[in-house]
Amino acid sequence: MSYIEIRNIFKIFGPDPQTALQMAKAGADKDEILAKTGHTVGLHDVSLSIERGETFVVMGLSGSGKSTLIRHLNRLIDPTSGEVLFDGTDILAMSISELNAFRRKRLGMVFQRFGLLPHRNVINNVAYGLEIQGQDRKTREDAARNWIERVGLGGYEDKFPDQLSGGMQQRVGLARALATDPEVLLMDEAFSALDPLIRNDMQDELVKLQGELHKTIVFITHDLDEALKLGDRIAILKDGKLIQTGRPEEIIMHPADNYVRAFTRDVNRSRVLRARTLMQPISDDDNINASWPRIADDMRLEDILPVALATNGSMSVIDGQEKLIGILSKEQVIAALVA
Amino acid sequence: MFPEKLNVPLGKWVNRFVDWLVVNYGDGFEAFADSLLTVLVWLEHILRGTPWWIMVIAIAVIGFHASRSWKIAAGLAIAMIAIGTLGLWDKAMQTLALMIVATSLSVIIGVPVGIAMALSNRLRAVMLPILDTMQTMPSFVYLIPALMLFGLGKVPAILATVIYAAPPVIRLTDLGIRLVDREVLEASRSFGASRRQILWKVQLPLALPNIMAGINQTTMMSISMVVIASMIGARGLGERVLMGIQRLDVGAGMEAGIAIVLLAVVFDRIGQAYGKRSQRSPLAEDKS
Repeated sequence: MSYIEIRNIFKIFGPDPQTALQMAKAGADKDEILAKTGHTVGLHDVSLSIERGETFVVMGLSGSGKSTLIRHLNRLIDPTSGEVLFDGTDILAMSISELNAFRRKRLGMVFQRFGLLPHRNVINNVAYGLEIQGQDRKTREDAARNWIERVGLGGYEDKFPDQLSGGMQQRVGLARALATDPEVLLMDEAFSALDPLIRNDMQDELVKLQGELHKTIVFITHDLDEALKLGDRIAILKDGKLIQTGRPEEIIMHPADNYVRAFTRDVNRSRVLRARTLMQPISDDDNINASWPRIADDMRLEDILPVALATNGSMSVIDGQEKLIGILSKEQVIAALVA
Repeated sequence: MFPEKLNVPLGKWVNRFVDWLVVNYGDGFEAFADSLLTVLVWLEHILRGTPWWIMVIAIAVIGFHASRSWKIAAGLAIAMIAIGTLGLWDKAMQTLALMIVATSLSVIIGVPVGIAMALSNRLRAVMLPILDTMQTMPSFVYLIPALMLFGLGKVPAILATVIYAAPPVIRLTDLGIRLVDREVLEASRSFGASRRQILWKVQLPLALPNIMAGINQTTMMSISMVVIASMIGARGLGERVLMGIQRLDVGAGMEAGIAIVLLAVVFDRIGQAYGKRSQRSPLAEDKS
């Protein structure tokens, strides 16, 4: 069983969700249910498995239900029907106090508009989760200072949120979520409100932190580039339904339908595709020329390109253990760029 | 003509109810009145016994503490001295005591009621018309039964003032809590905060500027009640206004009127300054 399991979640908004739920289960779609009952279908039969330590990105446009979905993981929203299992525990069966203890110890969340406490300075915002846990002042301030330093905000401890730029505020939000050392980080469009350069910085920061921390991250975004950059796996939602789940390369190379294809059209493929995906797996070692440049299997196309241009022959692809696993020719590189 | 047959003898019922209250619970009301009176008399004694210049300095210090501005502190001191020069210092202190007790009572009752209203839509639906009634019902209507229950004097005056002055602090506490940003609340919940923690650490601190504005309005309204309160035997500046009206002594009425305004200005400035500061204060930080 996976670390987080979401099974057949339906979420219907409105005064009498049960009637609409029956319709949805019978296969009626969002527009039909809205027209007939006035109820909005937030999520339609969504099932997902998220593994420990992976960055799982849920992508969708506004109204696709992605923010509703992430709120099911910490029960800020309860489903109309379905199950949410966390490390084997059914979180929907938890009492209020069990749920609060679960949220305090195991989850951290980062919000699109930051959700910082405007009456508290940076250090007291970051220490908030620990304060809720009942840690004493010294422990929580030490931890908060450490995390403020790690997200690059050292020196801003005594500033208030409205004195900081958007990017800095979200660093506070990130530090606050990490300060309790949660197993899972829920990020709801965490970087969407930031301007592009800052957003890029924050993405890099997150990738760097994740390289050190190995948390399970569930990241919500409407931006496919962001999803491809951050995600180990990506789920694409449309109108509350799950369209496709897969690794970034899978999404790019084999979009499930025209909706996903339309998204992937504008993506910079050289940033997503890796040697592993493009190479020809080795059949016999004889074809290898020792003078060929060796490239790592997780190297991105954009980084392979200069190597390919500098060589006359092909390239040999090696895995993490330095073992030869495939070959990649110049023609294959060019073909991947053109496709 | 509206048919007389359809008349409801509401007046008679109310009379019977008040009579019944007086007969059965008169002692209880008297005990309550006595304790309230003790507090008021004690406060009045202190305020009137304090030398005027200490009071002036105290007001200036409070003003400075609230606003961090020497100008405001000096202005408040001058306003207090002006009340003295009108010859109304002692009366002003009586009014001040009445106002402090009435305002404190309003806040003690009003803030919890406001919080409860913010947390329950049903209670809010019940309370809103009651608050409307409290604010629009002519005060003489409830002064009379208050007189019957508590006798002539300061206690019914305080109660009448509380009925009239409590609604703003109730309404603004409710509003302040309801205006707290949803995402901030959601963030707080996502960290596993209990309802109590959310109330003390998030909702109340963020509602504080509104609550302070409510307390300020409540203070202003309780000052404006002093004239009516004086009609049922509360002493102070209102008594002078009443005397001015009765004797057609326009000058005396005007003097007392100006003193009331000055007192109101002093407390308005203090209240507003605290309200502004509460927008970013470490207050309520460590309560849990």
